[in-house]
Amino acid sequence: MHHVILGAGPAGVIAADTLRKHDAGAKITLMSAEDEPPYSRMAIPYFLSSQIDEEGTYLRQDHGHYKNQGIELLRARAGAVDANNQTIALEDGGEVQYDRLLIATGASPVHPRVEGLDLPGVHTCWTLEDARAILDRAHKGDDVVLMGAGFIGSIILEALVSRDVKLNVVEMGDRMVARMMDETAGGMLKRWCEEHGVAVLTGTRITQITRSKDRLDVALSSGKSLRAKLVVVAAGIAPNIGFLEGSGIKTRQGVKVDGFMRTSAPHVYAAGDVAQAKDLSTGEFSVLAIQPVAADHGRIAALNMAGHATPHAGSLNMNVLATIGLVSSSFGAWDGVEGGMSAATSDADAYRYLRLEFDGDRLAGAQGVGLTDHIGVARGLIGTRLRLGRWKDVLMKSPERLAEAYVACAQGIR
Amino acid sequence: MQKALVIDPVKCTGCKQCELACSYVKEGEFNPAKSRIRVFDFHQDARFVPYTCTQCAEAWCQRACPVDAITTNEWGVKEVHDGLCVGCKVCIIACPFGTVNYNASTGKVIKCDECGGDPACVKACPTDAIIYMDVEQAGFGKMRQWAAKTDTAAQATQ
Repeated sequence: MHHVILGAGPAGVIAADTLRKHDAGAKITLMSAEDEPPYSRMAIPYFLSSQIDEEGTYLRQDHGHYKNQGIELLRARAGAVDANNQTIALEDGGEVQYDRLLIATGASPVHPRVEGLDLPGVHTCWTLEDARAILDRAHKGDDVVLMGAGFIGSIILEALVSRDVKLNVVEMGDRMVARMMDETAGGMLKRWCEEHGVAVLTGTRITQITRSKDRLDVALSSGKSLRAKLVVVAAGIAPNIGFLEGSGIKTRQGVKVDGFMRTSAPHVYAAGDVAQAKDLSTGEFSVLAIQPVAADHGRIAALNMAGHATPHAGSLNMNVLATIGLVSSSFGAWDGVEGGMSAATSDADAYRYLRLEFDGDRLAGAQGVGLTDHIGVARGLIGTRLRLGRWKDVLMKSPERLAEAYVACAQGIR
Repeated sequence: MQKALVIDPVKCTGCKQCELACSYVKEGEFNPAKSRIRVFDFHQDARFVPYTCTQCAEAWCQRACPVDAITTNEWGVKEVHDGLCVGCKVCIIACPFGTVNYNASTGKVIKCDECGGDPACVKACPTDAIIYMDVEQAGFGKMRQWAAKTDTAAQATQ
């Protein structure tokens, strides 16, 4: 049995390890298009802030891990998949035959149609190579413009601040992290940034970037312009599915998979940022490009590839973010469900906020700012669909008693 | 041999010695906010529930960690390595029990590691509400069943 995994991010690496555990005799090939040991994109901000070196971003810290596990690392990019003949054509020639294939090719940054995004000094922040370029250019006192204050942009924001650059953030949406939190939370984050000397221009587009000598001029929809030595683009990401065109493997937003992480082609599976899989909150199939979901997908896909039928009941969307030290998080249907009830508590001066969303007497979503203690119980409550009974009334009055409610219900204290 | 903390909430009197012992041994200060074990108070029902990590066999925190900073030791305990932890906090949202927390003063996450086989909370508990014993004898399945229901596959049992 030859298992081939396209992509050496978390989904791919976890799948490879899981396959080894459950299919001891199989041949496992882990393909990476980047010339680096398998690493974590999520760790890049901490590399930028010099908290860790490059090695600190590696997904497996044991140098001999892949060799010891009998996982062959192959530096190659897939050009096309022939699902009938079970072969992968490599971009630089050659072919790989597979018995089981996992598509874990991840996602890539989106480049908005803005003139000047291809200029030197304009970078995305997605790969280690990007990170090296940013490290070269972002030094103390340098003018830096960050395009995008979504989840990824906001994480990069913290890393850039730690490098003591002069930072301006430009976000076309009406608030920060609009796909992760509501107006109250987004507003709190923006105010926090401004209080810490970072200008956040929401409702503003970058219309053009021009270069004169070693300086970039960033024109804004407001008519103003910003000067910069470096522009970092974080305008969203999209699944890497282009190479599947003509393969017959069904794609839409991402690669469509069923409840066992199988694609439309026999013996072909998908996992991670590239997979359009079941969302536990909505019941729909969508791309949830986050680390814990990639980890779940990779493991479940691998179990199925190894012949252990393992259903994927759906993944929960969740995010955690630190913005210049202010921690925020959101889980599931943080914006509520139809007909559900909502409870919130906030202390704007203390930068604390918690909003819970219910579906009947079950927790459906949560978001918080300035809270970290036991916040994982939100995942527990949403994921188990645990009925809260009278504890729902307690939470409607005192949302901050969430962990208590979880423990009580788990212990049968109704 | 795998040993585990076994908690019997019925025996707990809510004295919170375990929280103080834990924070003192792990952080050098009497600060329940930094304890790895927490006693939940249910006044109305006159119940107290000590609560900490169950050391899941297939641990969400471990799998979600992007930098391999959580490993399993010979006793099955999931340990956080401060030198590798970047403080990204993905584990604290991934743990459905809420038993991985963030320590803002170190910028790292903290969780129960059973004190390397000699748990301070057990020694501090005056009523044997927290004991340390063989996993096989412990009837340890309950929390792991919760775990199994929480996620996308029955992974905590595998």
